[in-house]
Amino acid sequence: MILDQRFDWLERAHYVMQAATYPIERAVSSPIAAWRWAQTSFATRDSLEAENQRLRNRLRDLEVRSMRYDALAQQNAALIGLRGALPPVASRWLPADIVNIQLDSLRQRVLIDRGSVNGVAAGQAVLDDHGVVGQTMHVGPWSAEVILITDPEHALPVEIARTGLRTIAVGAGDSTSLALPYLPANADIRVGDVLVTSGLGGVFPPGYPVAKVTEVHKDAVQPLAHVRAAPFAQLDTDSEVMLIWFRHDSPAAPLKERHGQLTAGNRSIQPLPVPARAKQQSSETPRKPEAPPAKKTTKPAAPVPAKKTERLPKPERTSKPAGAPT
Amino acid sequence: MSASSARIAMLKTVVGALVLTLLPLPSWLEIIRPGFLALTVLYWSIAAPRAGGITLGWICGLLLDAFEGPVLGEHALALAFLAYIAVREHQRIRSKPIFQQSLIVFAALVFYEVVLFAIDGWSGHALTTPLRWLPTLTGALIWPAAAAILARSYHPST
Repeated sequence: MILDQRFDWLERAHYVMQAATYPIERAVSSPIAAWRWAQTSFATRDSLEAENQRLRNRLRDLEVRSMRYDALAQQNAALIGLRGALPPVASRWLPADIVNIQLDSLRQRVLIDRGSVNGVAAGQAVLDDHGVVGQTMHVGPWSAEVILITDPEHALPVEIARTGLRTIAVGAGDSTSLALPYLPANADIRVGDVLVTSGLGGVFPPGYPVAKVTEVHKDAVQPLAHVRAAPFAQLDTDSEVMLIWFRHDSPAAPLKERHGQLTAGNRSIQPLPVPARAKQQSSETPRKPEAPPAKKTTKPAAPVPAKKTERLPKPERTSKPAGAPT
Repeated sequence: MSASSARIAMLKTVVGALVLTLLPLPSWLEIIRPGFLALTVLYWSIAAPRAGGITLGWICGLLLDAFEGPVLGEHALALAFLAYIAVREHQRIRSKPIFQQSLIVFAALVFYEVVLFAIDGWSGHALTTPLRWLPTLTGALIWPAAAAILARSYHPST
């Protein structure tokens, strides 16, 4: 029975059980939810006004900043050689509340109140307003279990923003630190370096902030550096998180395997020789109508931009009317 | 007759234990939180071995699996083992004074945790912090109180 967990059919049982246990979980967390509600509903006018003012300022700041960001993204797209604006990588997002219960004291898991009814699938990115939180694991109809990036079983492909050095951040088991166990002692990393997602692994697109390096210990005797980082996301105080859906036709989308499995270390991520890639793509044609024409792939460097310029106009035309009302 | 009344009491206490297991606590308390459900199963296996027995352990374990645990059936197996031992030895355990019972409970909880640890390891979800052994100690310490409370749920009049 335990070994059968490796196969897919028990995921159905998980689904049913998650549905069955959700009312109990809600009931257990209800006193705390009631207390929160009471606190917010009896907040004084002054404090609400102050908060409103603060949020308005923050919104203004962020808007100014995002204006600049749009300009930069345009410029960047032009520099890379893609004509027209890139489609945004996130197509849809949904806020979710964390249900206040303890799932497992030694593992870093939380339960959120969105499930497959809301379109949540396993292996979906979860963020908060500061950075990456984790990804969904077991999904029930109305709830989903999220594994946080600080869970000892969670490994996140990251990149040091300053140098572009890629490595893997592993959870350290408490909600305030990540470990970077695979950096050699001569790696260029300093306290204060910012880690962002690298886009490998198939869950998070590149460039989302993850953590800031807090401790670098290089021992001449040890082959590997001892590095710790503090996640930006406020994992222990968050009560609301964001579920993000990514567009897979966007060039910045995370690479995904065809069955939606996690793909850390997968072969499809590695650069393949051109004929193999063309063959692989053509075998996928029923799934994607806009397959790249195989004739254009004469030079090894050419196919990727060529494919994208070939493919971009189509989704753009379809996405513009869809994107306009939102 | 007595079995069915015991079953009702069992159901109540199992729900209570489940709530205690899921209740969010400050992190230092969370680490030492004893396995309330394991204690409940132990108590009922000793006090009313006919009414619950291994089935009770298995069902409680499955309930626990629904909430936590990396693989389905992990707690079910471990708690069924625990219940089996307790049912087999219930007469010997029952006749001991409460302090010695605590020691036996400690040994049983360590066994339970070893089973969980082994399954975690085999299924590739190993959790090797020494903190995971703390709940066995607190479970044994809380046993006298837990047994007293559980005994009241069964025979409130006597």
